[in-house]
Amino acid sequence: MAVHTSQSVAKAAGDDVARGRSRGTGNPPPPGKLRRALSTHWYAWTMVAPVVVVIGVIIGYPLVRGIYLSLTDANERNVARSIGVNHLPATYKFVGLDNYTDALTGEQFLGTLGWTLVWTVSCVTITFALGMALANILNRKIAGRSAYRMALILPWAVPGFVSVFAWRFLYNNDRGLLNKVLAGGGIDGIDWLGDPTVAKISVIVVNVWLGVPFMMVALLGGLQSIPSEHYEAAEMDGATAWQRFRHVTLPGLRPVSTTVILLSTIWTFNMFPVIFLLTRGGPGEATQILVTQAYKFSFEVSPRDFAQSSTWGVLILVLLLIFATIYRRVLRTQGDDW
Amino acid sequence: MRRGITATALVAALALAATACGSDDKSDSTSKSSGELSGTVTWWDTSTAGSEDKVFKKIAEGFEKLHPKVDVKYVNVPFGDAQNKFKNAAQAGSGAPDVIRSEVAWTPEFADLGYLAPLDGTPALQKQDDFLKQAAASTKYNGKTYAVPQVIDSMGVFYNKKIFKEAGVEVPTTIDQLKSVSKKIKSKTGKTGFYLRGDDAYWFLSFLYGEGGDMVNAADKAVTIDDAAGVKAMKVVKDLVDSGAAKTDATDGWDNMQASFKNGDVAMMINGPWAVADTYTGKEFKDKANLGIAPVPSGSVAQGAPQGGHNLAVYAGSKNLDASYAFVDYMTSVKTQAQVTKELNLLPTRTSAYAEESVVDNEIVGFFKPVVETAVERPWIPETGSLFAPLVTEYTKVLTGQTTPEKAVKTTGASYRKLLKGWK
Repeated sequence: MAVHTSQSVAKAAGDDVARGRSRGTGNPPPPGKLRRALSTHWYAWTMVAPVVVVIGVIIGYPLVRGIYLSLTDANERNVARSIGVNHLPATYKFVGLDNYTDALTGEQFLGTLGWTLVWTVSCVTITFALGMALANILNRKIAGRSAYRMALILPWAVPGFVSVFAWRFLYNNDRGLLNKVLAGGGIDGIDWLGDPTVAKISVIVVNVWLGVPFMMVALLGGLQSIPSEHYEAAEMDGATAWQRFRHVTLPGLRPVSTTVILLSTIWTFNMFPVIFLLTRGGPGEATQILVTQAYKFSFEVSPRDFAQSSTWGVLILVLLLIFATIYRRVLRTQGDDW
Repeated sequence: MRRGITATALVAALALAATACGSDDKSDSTSKSSGELSGTVTWWDTSTAGSEDKVFKKIAEGFEKLHPKVDVKYVNVPFGDAQNKFKNAAQAGSGAPDVIRSEVAWTPEFADLGYLAPLDGTPALQKQDDFLKQAAASTKYNGKTYAVPQVIDSMGVFYNKKIFKEAGVEVPTTIDQLKSVSKKIKSKTGKTGFYLRGDDAYWFLSFLYGEGGDMVNAADKAVTIDDAAGVKAMKVVKDLVDSGAAKTDATDGWDNMQASFKNGDVAMMINGPWAVADTYTGKEFKDKANLGIAPVPSGSVAQGAPQGGHNLAVYAGSKNLDASYAFVDYMTSVKTQAQVTKELNLLPTRTSAYAEESVVDNEIVGFFKPVVETAVERPWIPETGSLFAPLVTEYTKVLTGQTTPEKAVKTTGASYRKLLKGWK
């Protein structure tokens, strides 16, 4: 029930804001409104100020600087640097939107974007489906339920890079456990990270493995908030197990699942460690996603191309903003509150 | 817009990474006026961890005995990360070491970026004429000397004599022979003949030179990787893998190569003197005599291996230049070089070191010395350090069947021309 109250409050607040705004554009606010707001809420402003400053420094400045760099031809050779007694001034220049034109008309950005989308969609879909299945299983009263829950949450508890390195050992051609198991069964070893197609599947598997615990826990929480009366009523009406899942469980999970899908999409889109530590984007560039490629421009090629890297960074941001906006709008038209 | 903020934060973090990298590493300032050296010298060594690093650490710390007030801080940085790690630290102006072991191709690049201190006329550069000409070539940039040669090397075929005996084959001298020998080894012993390193373009060079090609021709200011020879070389390596004569990996190439060779799963690999100490730690080479080394097989045009090696360079921002100069001199002295050769079989860079008894008697040096003398020297331009990144991507793509040899060299050539403005 708590969920419902909080939602209605949010909705009311939203309406208020909307009304206030439309009135504001109609008639100018009475003079002194700002001062009155300040004098009433000065303590609130004081409380928020440190956070605003910190966010401004650690997010605002780099963001603005990144956008600026994406409009220049800055690279390792022409940025300012001072090494001991040498002081070299910056010599890069403003090039306008050239970097964006190059990125959007070239093969590389669009090609990488294509795989990034495949990667994101397949990871999120599989993770969500598995998480949902496991959550439903663990929501029943089965023997050793807490042991299963612990085991399934484990991937989440291990630091990401440790898991990824562990997987890299498993995938190793000659010494990896997976190929040893296959060899034991008389099957030829698979080149897990060396074959472009297999490598793509391999990175998806690792990311799904890492992502399932989060989905499972979130959905399990959602399942437990569905009142059991709904199921009882459905059963009274003679609904089959599938019908109960379809008409009670799924709608009941809606607020949770929309949020976790959005979060998971953003995380997966920018899932740097899995790709970078597992394959470094290889073989060739087969598993390179947008963020790892942006990193490559900035840190792996030489001279390091800061301008292009920033351009890709800004494009990633824009893509995610567009996605989030559309997603919200779709949910709103379907009757969701946020 | 909480999600918007999340996304913003992610991008911002990416941008921030550019500025926030590199850890702080304080170097003590030193008293320069008095004759005695003091302070800290941080040295980034890139030698093979687990075998070479122990010896270099011991030798580096020997410097403290000569100068008791100097504190040597030895740091082993994995070779693959060192170039970028040093650039991050040098550009940020903090966290860079006083002395770095710079691969020959990195030296002109670091010098061009202003990261290195010129060494002419400093105590770091003693008896400059004593250095092998080839070794000294990469240390000069724009008329100044920016590093002191530490070791010189080239590549050869390392082979397992026991497996060769079992299969009844001779060491191949051409690529065709390499294929037939591999086939015979496979059928007689079930083992793979040859390990071709697929994730590092340096291992491709012998094949490229073998077909008469090169990456660029600095004298004519021309990009040559996309010549017919480049295409042919790509075809050769692809054929080695496709025909089953060679195995390769797109990740962990170094570890897999060393592991499978040391375990006797693979009969041959191409490698250099820097791999000798590590190879001897394998079970197949407990008896050191089992390791055979031969020249790299020749291609259809020539026989050639790249000339490589390492220099010691001093960071221009070092707070302790005097001690750093003295340290570089100590590390490149005849005595130190002879000791390194004795313990690690690496090749000295000083002519006079080759007269030392321990060097004269060393079999590995005896083999590699003539190889180094005929090795193909790379152009020492600032962009030399940038040539491998585009090549390795395409090289791996060819080996994993994602592109054709023709397309691969064309793409590489295009990125070289972007890098080398105005070249043909």
